[in-house]
Amino acid sequence: MASLDDLKKRISSVKSTQKITKAMKMVAASKLRRAQESAEKGRPYSDKMNNIILNLSNSISDQENSPRLLSGSGDDKVHLCIVMTSDRGLCGGFNTNIIKKAKSFFQKILDEGKTLKIMTVGSKGYDQLKRTYKDNIIEKISFKESKNANYFDADKVGKIIIEKFEKKEFDVCTIFYNQFKNVITQIPQEQQIIPLKNSDVEKNLSEDNYEFEPEEDEILSNLLPKNISTQIFKAMLENSASEQGSRMSAMDNATRNAGEMVDKLTIQYNRSRQAAITKELIEIISGAESL
Amino acid sequence: MSEGFKLEIVNPESSFLSKEGVSEVVVPAFEGDMGILKDHISIISFLKPGLVKIFEGSKEEIYYVDDGIVEFKNNCLSILTSNIFDIKKIDKNIVKDALNKAEQDNQKKDISDQNKYLNDQKIDVLKNLTLN
Repeated sequence: MASLDDLKKRISSVKSTQKITKAMKMVAASKLRRAQESAEKGRPYSDKMNNIILNLSNSISDQENSPRLLSGSGDDKVHLCIVMTSDRGLCGGFNTNIIKKAKSFFQKILDEGKTLKIMTVGSKGYDQLKRTYKDNIIEKISFKESKNANYFDADKVGKIIIEKFEKKEFDVCTIFYNQFKNVITQIPQEQQIIPLKNSDVEKNLSEDNYEFEPEEDEILSNLLPKNISTQIFKAMLENSASEQGSRMSAMDNATRNAGEMVDKLTIQYNRSRQAAITKELIEIISGAESL
Repeated sequence: MSEGFKLEIVNPESSFLSKEGVSEVVVPAFEGDMGILKDHISIISFLKPGLVKIFEGSKEEIYYVDDGIVEFKNNCLSILTSNIFDIKKIDKNIVKDALNKAEQDNQKKDISDQNKYLNDQKIDVLKNLTLN
């Protein structure tokens, strides 16, 4: 059995770890509120954008000549996957969940004999993917300096994607991120952004006939690049809320576990202290008896 | 006021402005300024850099936008924009920076005609702003 001194040291070390995790939990909680707020505030923009695009794409007369960002390049040989993760660790299964989802998707693509290209946003995703998919990663971006997710950063990512699409470097683009549901649940999502899939939102389509100024396809070709940045931005907002939520619950668990550990160690410490005292007493008594 | 319609301006970060009972909105549509009144036909258009004027009774509010999309449907006008400022509260330095940047962009050789057109518009509007 460990000596009393060792136990004492363990207890104090676990206690100080607990202090750290508790502090991290507090920080995550306050950041979470802000991130959650901005994620919720950002939703109307992306929803409206989506709606307008759907209306537009439905009323486009000439389906053949619709912009390539909408209809795709007609091929699906080269997939670009954008894996959005956090830049910091200690947030539970947050990054692992996205990576897991992404990896199973990668496997599917590779099994079908298609080419896979990966772009990572956030350094944690790169760290986890570089071992297996080193040759597939074509770009890594990290916004460590930016404090909060902002549109400017999202636009940067969007522009890179569009540039690559225009150079015909890929046919299909999918983003991976965590959707924030609540503090304990974040759902890893895969969303195809090029070509635009409109199967999931078709139901709330309005029957209205719109007047367009200028022509539909001109609006669309202006709108679609913006939509990509918007979708990325939405993913970033959801991600940052999820990250904080995930970190908060992870740190909450860690704090609780540390508490349990302290209790257990304290009991062990007291028992061994008592055992030592009893042993000494027995020695004294038996010594006295033998006289 | 029953005579008005609903106006919503959203930017990526948040819902910027939401108003009921607006009597008229003038937006800098791509092919020229466009005034929108109640019961306008459903329309979708996009914006060039310029001023959005909102009339509410006798009150008038003016905002500067960089770009955006307008959608009008069922007496509800939505403006989606990535950059919007209230011109009364706008910082002159920000205007100057934006103006400089637009002018620099215009010097670039590989600028497309459309971008140049948009940039020229931007410069005009921003210049006017700095004068006021």
